[in-house]
Amino acid sequence: MKFNRHQFVEQRAALMGILVTIVVSIGGLAEIVPLYFLKDTIPPLEGVKPYTPLELEGRDIYIREGCYNCHSQMIRPFRAETERYGPYSKPAESMYDHPFQWGSKRTGPDLARVGGKYSDSWHVQHFRDPRSMVPESVMPRYPWFEKTPLDNSKIQDKMRAMKMLGVPYTEADIFRAPRETANKTELDAIIAYLQSLGKAVKREEE
Amino acid sequence: MVEVSEKLDVKQEIPIYDDAIVQKFAIATLLFAILGMFFGVYIAAELAFPVLNFDLPWISFGRLRPLHTNAVIFAFGGNLLFAAVYYSVQRTCRVRLFSDFLSNFTFWGWQLVIVLAAISLPLGYTQGKEYAELEWPIDILIALVWVAFAINFFGTLAIRKEKHIYVANWFYMSLIITVAILHIFNSMVIPVSFMKSYSVYAGLQDAMVQWWYGHNAVGFFLTAGFLGVMYYFMPKQAQRPVYSYRLSIIHFWALIFVYVWAGPHHLLYTALPEWTQTLGMTFSLILLAPSWGGMINGLFTLKGAWDKLRTDPIIKFMFVAVSFYGMSTFEGPMMSIRTVNSLSHYTDWTVGHVHSGALGWVAMISIGALYYMFPRVFGKSKMYSTNLINVHFWMSTIGVVLYIAAMWISGVMQGLMWRAVNPDGTLTYTFAQTVAAMHPYYVIRLLGGIVYLSGMLLMAYNVYKTITMREETVPVKV
Repeated sequence: MKFNRHQFVEQRAALMGILVTIVVSIGGLAEIVPLYFLKDTIPPLEGVKPYTPLELEGRDIYIREGCYNCHSQMIRPFRAETERYGPYSKPAESMYDHPFQWGSKRTGPDLARVGGKYSDSWHVQHFRDPRSMVPESVMPRYPWFEKTPLDNSKIQDKMRAMKMLGVPYTEADIFRAPRETANKTELDAIIAYLQSLGKAVKREEE
Repeated sequence: MVEVSEKLDVKQEIPIYDDAIVQKFAIATLLFAILGMFFGVYIAAELAFPVLNFDLPWISFGRLRPLHTNAVIFAFGGNLLFAAVYYSVQRTCRVRLFSDFLSNFTFWGWQLVIVLAAISLPLGYTQGKEYAELEWPIDILIALVWVAFAINFFGTLAIRKEKHIYVANWFYMSLIITVAILHIFNSMVIPVSFMKSYSVYAGLQDAMVQWWYGHNAVGFFLTAGFLGVMYYFMPKQAQRPVYSYRLSIIHFWALIFVYVWAGPHHLLYTALPEWTQTLGMTFSLILLAPSWGGMINGLFTLKGAWDKLRTDPIIKFMFVAVSFYGMSTFEGPMMSIRTVNSLSHYTDWTVGHVHSGALGWVAMISIGALYYMFPRVFGKSKMYSTNLINVHFWMSTIGVVLYIAAMWISGVMQGLMWRAVNPDGTLTYTFAQTVAAMHPYYVIRLLGGIVYLSGMLLMAYNVYKTITMREETVPVKV
C-alpha cells in the first residue's frame, strides 16, 4: 500500500530532508530563472536612464524613510489607474532599481509618474507639512529633510556597486558625482528623485 | 527517594529533557508578542491620528512599520517556533536536544538579532524590501543562528529513540530548510558600506524574488512551522490522536510543493510577465486544497472530545486558531483571482487578510501552545487561573474580529472609490477623499488592536502568577 511506502521515508531524517529540499525548490526555480533568459521579459525602452548621483542619493533617503510602506510605484493597466496616475508601468522602467520599489500598499497615492506632476516648491512645502497642501493627508511631516545636509561621502562607492550590478555608469559619471551632490540638503535629493520618477516614458513620447 | 528515581531512570530510560531552554524562549515569546503588538497599535494610531508621528524620524510610520512586522513575525513568531520545536522535538524523539551549546547559541543569537533590529530599523538602516529589511551584517547573523538551529534539530532527529519521525517534525523540517533557502537568496546584496547595501536583483526580477520570499515567509515560517505546532500541541491538549495519518501525508507534501509557486499573486497586473502571474494565480487556487487538509486534520482531532470546547479555554484558542487558518486560506486564494485582486490589491483588505492569519491563526495557536507549555516547563500542575485564560480568549476573538471587519470595509471601499468614474469618464473621487473616508475604520482597527494587546497583558499577568505560585510539589509529567 502506498502509505506503507511513506513509512520508509519517515524513518529516515536525511532522506526526508533531501526530498523536502527538492520539493520546495521546484516552484522557485521555475518562476525565477526564466526571467533572466526569456528575451521579451523586459522590452527595451529608449528613454530609461540610470539615476543621476543626486537622484540616487534621494532614492536612498526614500528607502531609508520606508516610503514604500505606503506608496506604490507600479501603475496597473486599468482605465481608472491610467486616468489617475498616467500610462501603466513598463518592465524597463525599473530595470536599474536595486532594490525594486513597486510597493504593495497605497495608503498614499502611487508615485510611479509623480515626476513633473508638482513643482519643486510644492514638494518643499508638502514635506514640511503635508496637511498644509492636502488637508486629508495622514503622511508624517519630514522637517528634518531641509535641515540635514546631504551626506554624499559614499556616492562613488554606491555608483560603483550599481555599476558592478550592471547599471551603465561611466567612470566620468562617477568622477563628477561628488561635485554634483555637494552642498545639497536631503530635501534637494529626495525632490530630485521624485521629479525623476516616470520620466522615461515621457522622454519616449517626446 | 533518590535511589528509587535513579532506578526508574535506568530501567525505563526516562530521558532528561532540556526544559530550561524552552523556559527562556517561552518568556521571550511573550515579551516580544507584547512589544511587537504594541508597535502595531502605535502605528495604527499614527494612521488614524498623524500627529502621533511627532516629527521624530525614528518613530515616523515608515520606519516603525518594519519594526512592527519584524517584531511580530521574527521576534514573537520566531521565539515561539524555537520554544515549540525544542519542546516537542525532544518529546517526539524521546531524547534530550542534540546540543545544549547550540540550544543556547540559538537563544542568545536570536535575541541579539532582535536587539540589533530594534536599534537599526528606527535609525533607518534598511534594505527596502518588506519583511527582509534588516541590513546585511544582521542577515549574516540570522543565517548563522538558523544553521545552528538546523544542526540542533536534525541532530536530535538523528539520535532519536523513536523509530518514526512524528508529523509535527516533518513540518518543522520544511520550515527550517525552506526558510534557510529563502533568506539566503532574497538577501543577496552588494554591500556599499557597513549597514548599506543594494539588492543584486533589479526591477521585476527583484520583485519576483522578493515575493517568492515574502509569500513563503508566510507559507513556511507562519504556516508550516505553526502547523507543526498544531500537530503536536492540539492532540496533546485534547488528548486525542491526530484525525488522519493519510491526510497528514498528502497535505504535507502537497502544501510544501504548491506554496512555493504562489508568490506572483502579489504581483498581478504589474510589469511581471503574464505567464508568471498566471502560474502564481493558478497555484494559489490549488493551495486551498492542502491548506484545508491541514484545517480538517486539526479540527477533527477534537472528534470524541467536542465537549472540551465548552470547558477548556486552551482548546478554544486552538480551535478558533485553526478555524481562522481555514478562513484565511480560503480568502487568500480568492484574492489571488485576477478580477478580485484588481479590487483588493494595494488596499486595506490585504492588511485585514494578513491579520486574520497573523492574529487569528498564528497568534492564537501560539497562545494555546504557550498556555500548554508554561506550567509544564516551570514545574507547575496548571496555569494560575483558567478564568483569566477564558477572558483572554474572548478579548483575542473580539479584537481580531474588530480588526478584520474594519479592514474589509475600508479595503473594499478604497478599491471601489479608486475605480469609480463619472458618466463623462472622469474620476469620481480624488485620492485625498478616499484617505479621509478611511478614518473611522482606522479608529475601529486601532480599538481592535488595543483589545487584542490588552489580552496579551492579561496573559503576562497569568503567566507571572503561574511561575511564582507555590503549590504542593507535583512531579512533572513528561
